[in-house]
Amino acid sequence: MKVLLSGNEAVARGAYEGGCRFAAAYPGTPSTEILENIAKYKDVIYCEWSTNEKVALEVATGASFAGARALAAMKHVGLNVAADPFFSLSYIGSTGGIIIVSADDPGMHSSQNEQDNRHYARSAKLAMLEPSDSQEAKEFTILGFEISEDFDTPLLLRLSTRLCHSKTVVELGERKEVPVKGYEKDIKKRLVLPAHARLRHIYVEERLKKLSKFSEQFEYNKMEFNDKSIGIISSGIAYQYAKEVLPDASYLKLSFTYPLPFKLIEKFSKNVKKLYVIEENDPFLEMEIKAKGINVIGKEIIPITGELNPSIISEAFGKKRKSVTIKKMPSLSPRPPALCPGCSHTPVFYTLNKLKLTVTGDIGCYTLGALPPLNAIDTCVEMGASLGNAFGMEKVLGEKSDKKIVAVIGDSTFFHSGITPLINIVYNKGTSTVIILDNRITAMTGHQEHPGTGKTLMGEDTVTINPEDIVKACGVKHVFTVDPYNLKELKKVIKREVERKEPSVIIARRPCILLLIRKREVGKPFYVDTEECIGCKICLQLGCPAISMKNEKAYINELFCVGCGVCAQLCPIDNTMIQRENDS
Amino acid sequence: METKSVMICGVGGQGILLASDLLSQTMLEVGMDVKKSEVHGMSQRGGTVISNVRFGEKVFSPLIRKGDAEIILAFEKLEGLRQIEYLKKNGVVLVNNFVIEPLPVACGLAEYPEDVISIIKSSIPDAIVIDALSLAKKAGNARSMNIVLLGVLAKKLEIDKKIWYYVIEKRVPKKTWEVNKRAFDLGYEVI
Ligand SMILES: Cc1ncc(C[n+]2csc(CCOP(=O)(O)OP(=O)(O)O)c2C)c(N)n1
Repeated sequence: MKVLLSGNEAVARGAYEGGCRFAAAYPGTPSTEILENIAKYKDVIYCEWSTNEKVALEVATGASFAGARALAAMKHVGLNVAADPFFSLSYIGSTGGIIIVSADDPGMHSSQNEQDNRHYARSAKLAMLEPSDSQEAKEFTILGFEISEDFDTPLLLRLSTRLCHSKTVVELGERKEVPVKGYEKDIKKRLVLPAHARLRHIYVEERLKKLSKFSEQFEYNKMEFNDKSIGIISSGIAYQYAKEVLPDASYLKLSFTYPLPFKLIEKFSKNVKKLYVIEENDPFLEMEIKAKGINVIGKEIIPITGELNPSIISEAFGKKRKSVTIKKMPSLSPRPPALCPGCSHTPVFYTLNKLKLTVTGDIGCYTLGALPPLNAIDTCVEMGASLGNAFGMEKVLGEKSDKKIVAVIGDSTFFHSGITPLINIVYNKGTSTVIILDNRITAMTGHQEHPGTGKTLMGEDTVTINPEDIVKACGVKHVFTVDPYNLKELKKVIKREVERKEPSVIIARRPCILLLIRKREVGKPFYVDTEECIGCKICLQLGCPAISMKNEKAYINELFCVGCGVCAQLCPIDNTMIQRENDS
Repeated sequence: METKSVMICGVGGQGILLASDLLSQTMLEVGMDVKKSEVHGMSQRGGTVISNVRFGEKVFSPLIRKGDAEIILAFEKLEGLRQIEYLKKNGVVLVNNFVIEPLPVACGLAEYPEDVISIIKSSIPDAIVIDALSLAKKAGNARSMNIVLLGVLAKKLEIDKKIWYYVIEKRVPKKTWEVNKRAFDLGYEVI
């Protein structure tokens, strides 16, 4: 049967058909839907949201030790978190086939950087596959398990945003049951202390040679001869863009991109007049090929930065299309993403802004608190960074600093990587103030469960882990839970705690408004009494998408308003913002 | 058949992903190769949403290149104007006469151009302007605006209406079948 699947859905399908028994991930765009879709096969594949990517890879490694086919999925920066087990695992190899899926984000649609994770395959010296559409994403997942087992190697399946989120046609197949091999103790393989690891390193170098041979004859590393005046080497989604723009050129399409098939590349290069490499972001193929003394044109014409697309290739090859132009184009306001009406993060950022605090931030929906009009966050580095950053700044600036520092971190991010830096604050005698924005869900990536929600990915009930308990167990003595909708209380507690000469944690707790909307637990909308409104625009400082100005008066779009009432608390004139009693 | 490209653009929450799913599925039903692309994530929080749908005998790129879209279907007019450079010479623009103010506009930090439709028409005189909200209300639910617009698009694609109905029924809950088919028909009759 033929169906349309996104790249992520196709990887999930490949895991199913390929006999996978164990899958783990921490959510992250553009990889999240892989595990969400594997969960549809939970009868045959155990699957989980792990607390972070390192844990996801560790549990998948355990499953492989036990002889099951296992997969760990993450966004590109997730592999940085999981890099430690990733490198060890390369030496250890596989028992049950093991695939690490890295979903890179060229163009940074939802990420803090544009790192090209193909480099990880080279530095960890393991096999890598790069699909160029959903059909290949499915097939390479199945093949990936086989290669992993045949060559005793972990396999990196490298995807990118456009592949993950584009739907293309896939032919479905049946699941092939692969028995669990079971566990047999083998410390020379799995216990990488120096004496063993030295031998394993020799093995890894041998393995690379075998994988190179395999790469030479791998059926998806393929030459397609056409007009031989132009030869193009490409891989992944870039191949599809190139084919679109230059359908008549000759191609060497690479799918097994580490280690590379250099004999094949050389053969191809001898058969074409002018040789190009078209690849997204870093010159990964280009540098490898040039190092072999083969001359190619690559990054001279294809940019390193930003997402690649067929328009860029058109321009690079002088094939730009004539498009429609607007004679008098006005300047168009951008449409940045925004915190939702009724978002529990909004009042916290409004308060932090008013108190003029320095705020070290973290990653989640709440990073949007950095944008105007809230302008409330100073820094954002990576998941879990806010606490360590705040502590470091405080140690240097000291008590004399006129600006107080606060760290803000989401609940899912706190479980992911906020606990160790909190222990560090307590242990190293910090005085930091930390606000945990506990909206009871992983909101940014589309509402995934986490250790604080009481549910697992497979839909089972489980223990709910409370941030309060963790924080206290870390040795923090001053722990306060507040409702962020209560502006007065929020301000009072934050103001008091930043002055305290000991670490304190404020937990701002209220469920994500989207969860409440789904359960129909939101309030009636507000409207503005235009007779009363003085047009002071204080309510606009919330950046609530439901509030704007109309004829010099505040206006609330009642279709968007969820009745949180935060704007009414701000309004200086009583009875101006009024809640409806019935749905209008 | 040569590959055709349709771009659907608008704002997160307008039902663009459902519309582009229905379009892609219809093309798959009639035996074409189909690719469609959009980005999930940040952009869904009230940001710009662009869906690229391409179909034909063999499709390579899931992304449309500039100057290559046969049709641009804009769910929101400012977003239509923003993507206009993707339109082919003599391409078709279908634009919903509907405004969603971007946050910077709502906060008074930027302006929404006054005459978006006439700006579009100055370059594309044949642009078709649709009042999808009234049609959706007429169909019985303001939220069926996306299906009204899909109906308008369908008229331009010359595929048997029965196949569209079939695909809609396969995808939306049964209790909304009637509203959605009415919305589709109202859109279909616009041109
Ligand atoms: C290492 C890493 N993994 C995953 C992500 C993707 N990601 C960004 S924020 C986030 C979680 C946000 O959840 P939470 O902290 O609860 O904040 P919320 O979005 O709910 O406000 C995730 C999964 C990332 N940026 N970096």
